[in-house]
Amino acid sequence: MQALYAQLLVGLINGSFYALLSLGLAVIFGMLNIINFAHGALYMMGAFVAYFLLNLGGINYWWALLFAPIIVGIFGMILERTMLQWLTGLDHLYGLLLTFGIALIVQGVFQNYFGSSGLPYAIPDQLKGGMNLGFMFLPVYRGWVVIFSLVVCIATWFLIEKTRLGAYLRAATENPTLVRAFGVNVPRMITLTYGLGVGLAALAGVLSAPINQVRPLMGADLIIVVFAVVVIGGMGSIMGSIITGFALGVIEGLTKYFYPEASNTVVFVLMVLVLLVKPTGLTGRAA
Amino acid sequence: MMTKSIASFLLGTALAVTAAGAAFAQDKTVKIGALSDQSGLYADLGGPGSTLAAQMAIEDSGLAAKGWKIDIISGDHQNKPDIGTAIARQWFDVDKVDVIVDVPNSGVALAVNNVIKEKNGVYINSGAATSDLTNAQCSPNTVHWTYDTYMLAHTTGQALVKAGGDTWFFLTADYAFGAALERDTTAVVTANGGKVVGGVKHPLNTPDFSSFLLQAQASKAKIIGLANAGGDTTNTIKQAAEFGIVKGGQKLAALLLFLTDVKAIGLETAQGLNFTETFYWDMNDQTRAFSKRFAEKMKSNAPPTMVQAGVYAGVRHYFKALEALGGNPHDGAKVVEKMKSMPTEDDLFGKGEIQPNGRTIHNAYLFEVKKPSESKGPWDFYKLVGTVPGDQAFTPLSESKCALLKK
Repeated sequence: MQALYAQLLVGLINGSFYALLSLGLAVIFGMLNIINFAHGALYMMGAFVAYFLLNLGGINYWWALLFAPIIVGIFGMILERTMLQWLTGLDHLYGLLLTFGIALIVQGVFQNYFGSSGLPYAIPDQLKGGMNLGFMFLPVYRGWVVIFSLVVCIATWFLIEKTRLGAYLRAATENPTLVRAFGVNVPRMITLTYGLGVGLAALAGVLSAPINQVRPLMGADLIIVVFAVVVIGGMGSIMGSIITGFALGVIEGLTKYFYPEASNTVVFVLMVLVLLVKPTGLTGRAA
Repeated sequence: MMTKSIASFLLGTALAVTAAGAAFAQDKTVKIGALSDQSGLYADLGGPGSTLAAQMAIEDSGLAAKGWKIDIISGDHQNKPDIGTAIARQWFDVDKVDVIVDVPNSGVALAVNNVIKEKNGVYINSGAATSDLTNAQCSPNTVHWTYDTYMLAHTTGQALVKAGGDTWFFLTADYAFGAALERDTTAVVTANGGKVVGGVKHPLNTPDFSSFLLQAQASKAKIIGLANAGGDTTNTIKQAAEFGIVKGGQKLAALLLFLTDVKAIGLETAQGLNFTETFYWDMNDQTRAFSKRFAEKMKSNAPPTMVQAGVYAGVRHYFKALEALGGNPHDGAKVVEKMKSMPTEDDLFGKGEIQPNGRTIHNAYLFEVKKPSESKGPWDFYKLVGTVPGDQAFTPLSESKCALLKK
């Protein structure tokens, strides 16, 4: 039973990454109607930027949490302005292919320079060590990841669903022409939204740097699972993707305990089941 | 008229046959295929570095000056046996490749082994670990150069059991390699009076090991045996440090660890790990000289791993056999037979031999990862702890189930 508690907690930690990443995807899909396949590559860039900030600029983890999302977010906004914006109104497939291509290029460039085994990034001193919870030894850093990503997820949800800015955004998705008539600069808002989604990916990258290796393929390994999370949660649903992210982390964690061989596939089995029963995803509404 | 044309036909045929015979004796063309994981978790320990090693072997052999024409192509098997065998088939059927080198990932390596035997090519495997390549699944076309699971089990594994690590829990990569390494190490552990108390099989290329590590922790085993490789091993070691596993008194046995893995983990976390390799760049003047040349040509400036060194040494030995044959007979089994009949000697692995089952025998070295304070350079990672002579490190012929030995 104690082992089970530990596995639940570990699942929650992985779920935090799924939630942060799928949240960014949901924001981008919900507001821009783009299936952002470059999300994994941008997540990887977040981790690399943190690594560079530390090793070239001596800028520590805490500042990296702030700067890496901004730097990668700006990169994302440049992508949106120069490439993605030309795809508005076209079929989803074009956006998917374009972002997939961008992901391959970005990963290829990083792999060319940094190889595949990755670079080490130390856990910040303040978060080193662990606590004995009785049923398990919890590394402080992992606990921090869960709490921090929960806060970020809820803040993002609040921003989009409960504030005036969020209301503009949702309105612009529904009817851009009308919102423009009210004097809102819709293209700029779209660009900023993409930057926000990308920033969330980069933030997840910084969070994951001390746990995983900073590797060019770290995003490629994760992105497919995250897409499954988004599909299960309902495309574009903010709360749906947060809850599904955490829930699937836990389910995956339990699978690792009861039948580890299936831990890579369990998410996709669930996706198939959900799609068969409810094609719009758990929280999605029919289009 | 008729007789004349028959006569000229016969003459023509005779000339053609003679010409073909002459070409056979003097055919000095060779095509090498470097098949590896070019972009995944094993790309740094093999990958483009292995292709470079093969290229350097071509240059260093000086065969071009003697009229040989040697080409090299490379392929990415993406750690998938079906892709690996498809490339191998295409290389033999269309590209007329003579020899396939490297091939990390035991699953792919075993699949490719069958293709090469069927096509009568030459297989110089350096990257794969499974001892089955020269045991149950041995082939007259195969030379397994660098290391194998039997050797890893009988060096690192044995040393740990003898040092008191008598209860083991395995974290095993769920494919041919992990299974072979766990099997060979389990045999050593039980033979030395130890016990395996449990284990968990994880999928290849797992980013998060915390769940498996908790299970290992709960098992209370003294040794946690890592029957995995590359990125899986580095992630396990890093996360084990996070969960306080080593501080809690359990010891990690990194059964297979490469230079690039240590670099990726960082000395801070990796220090004190014991493991075995058959090559390290900083062993002697020859290895240092080669590694310096190699690193200058690598994009990452990394010195060679033992896998890449094995590709170099294997290809050099292959060329020696071709030279001794006076030309390339394009007959894989014949060339491999010649390779086995000649003792091996090169700057990187020293003196050795290739056994009738295809296993190359050379020294294995027990290393310990240095403390950060002991490291003097960017790749100064290992301390030599002990040397195991080749005949004690690798499968004795009496234990081998290889069909080639029954003749």
